[in-house]
Amino acid sequence: MLYWDVAISFMYSIEVKNLTKKFRDLSAVDDISFSVQKGEFFAFLGPNGAGKTTTIKMLTTILEPTAGELFLEGVSVREKPAQVRHLFGIVFQDPSLDNELTAYENMKYHAILYGLSKELYTKRIKELLDLVQLWERKDTYVKNFSGGMKRRLEIARGLLHHPKVLFLDEPTIGLDPQTRNLIWNYIKDLNKKEGITVFFTTHHMEEVDRMSERLAIIDQGKIIAQGSPEDLRRKTGAATLEEAFISLTGSEIREEVADVGKNQMRIGNKMMR
Amino acid sequence: MRAVYILWIRQLKRYVRKKSRIVGALGQPILFLIALGFGFGPIYARAGGGDYIQFLAPGIIGMTVLFTAIFTATEIIWDKQFGFLKETLVAPVSRFEVMLGRTLGGATVATVQGLIVLTITFIAGFRPYNIWLIPVAIFFIALISLLFSAFGSVIAARLDDMQAFPLIINFIVQPLFFLSGALFPIDQLPDALKFVTTINPLSFGIEGIRRALTGASFFSYSTDIIVLSALSLILLTIGAYQFNKIEV
Repeated sequence: MLYWDVAISFMYSIEVKNLTKKFRDLSAVDDISFSVQKGEFFAFLGPNGAGKTTTIKMLTTILEPTAGELFLEGVSVREKPAQVRHLFGIVFQDPSLDNELTAYENMKYHAILYGLSKELYTKRIKELLDLVQLWERKDTYVKNFSGGMKRRLEIARGLLHHPKVLFLDEPTIGLDPQTRNLIWNYIKDLNKKEGITVFFTTHHMEEVDRMSERLAIIDQGKIIAQGSPEDLRRKTGAATLEEAFISLTGSEIREEVADVGKNQMRIGNKMMR
Repeated sequence: MRAVYILWIRQLKRYVRKKSRIVGALGQPILFLIALGFGFGPIYARAGGGDYIQFLAPGIIGMTVLFTAIFTATEIIWDKQFGFLKETLVAPVSRFEVMLGRTLGGATVATVQGLIVLTITFIAGFRPYNIWLIPVAIFFIALISLLFSAFGSVIAARLDDMQAFPLIINFIVQPLFFLSGALFPIDQLPDALKFVTTINPLSFGIEGIRRALTGASFFSYSTDIIVLSALSLILLTIGAYQFNKIEV
């Protein structure tokens, strides 16, 4: 890398260059590039199977790209995954809780893996479980939770350590408007107070309109639009972001095809909620 | 090291919360002890081998530890399927710590099962020749637990679902058990079988337990310890590499 490139990459929180992921012949992510500034609230949108989760998996070190470069806070994800893992937090799209542990134990497991002091995690676990209204149920096994409760716990856990970059993959799926509101306000607050970069996906366009400063739309593995919600509305001449989204991505329903075996499970998991 | 601790304690919690699994895992050793112990006992005695239970008990303890340790590793596969493995793999924890925490958790569970079976063998009539050497036997139980917990993790890290598991049981775990000197003495085996048995790491573990409990042995203590711990270390390293390669 040239000296100038190094300087530039430090300005960005997330930088993706020519990223490609192929599953056999199918390009789930096809030569995409984008960057997110530090402290930005960034929405990553697209129809089902567009490549959103695949991109997030590559950014969070659990999937190896076929080609391309990724940087988090200037650190190469492919070359220094161990270092990168200190920088981000993530709320996964599909379940990732231990059902045989209690809500509190799931939180504590996370806190200790991320090296939080006892004092800090005791305080934060209380605060977050209060936020998602699970404090009363903290000693209940997760297997006895409803889908919505599990989702709330996943989000609370993702917010436990305060990373530099927070990935939220359809965090509010299956939650009622009240809860969505509470959670988004909390995240916005975190974003403002601590300058945390937020990178999220959602199918709720009003969330994007309300929360995000900038967005990118990915469809069939390619980025087809970038800009502020306002830019996109103006460009497409649509009254709402939802109309803009549909006019850009078309109105047909998408199948999730990438990586069939694993995705079957993912789709199954989504249905179970 | 706090990460290793939390991984370890998670496995123990899951273990004590599944009472049915604890009891279920005792079925096989009890059956073997009764069927083989009392079934072959008279023949073994007539052949001049003495009391077969005295010979068999350490082997059954070794078997319990082998099966339990490898079974605990299937939790990695469940963690993959239930998505929990992602939570561990995105955390800022070295892959060696992940492997070590998981292996120690499985090893502790296997050691506890081994101790339960040791107690059961006493009920079945097994008598150690020197009760002061029981801690040495426990040390060997722990060593085999560690080795096969690590071995199980190395395999499970590569598997995506449980379908391959019968294959592993039939082609790896069963041969390890039957060709280990758990059921019959090694020294008078045909050469080919003797060779296979003497390169089987489980043989070293069972011999260690057997020497501590009955005084009889084929290898020496130091050989047993060196072989078991060296292999464990190698497997821990391989496992760390495997965890590095997992995509979830």
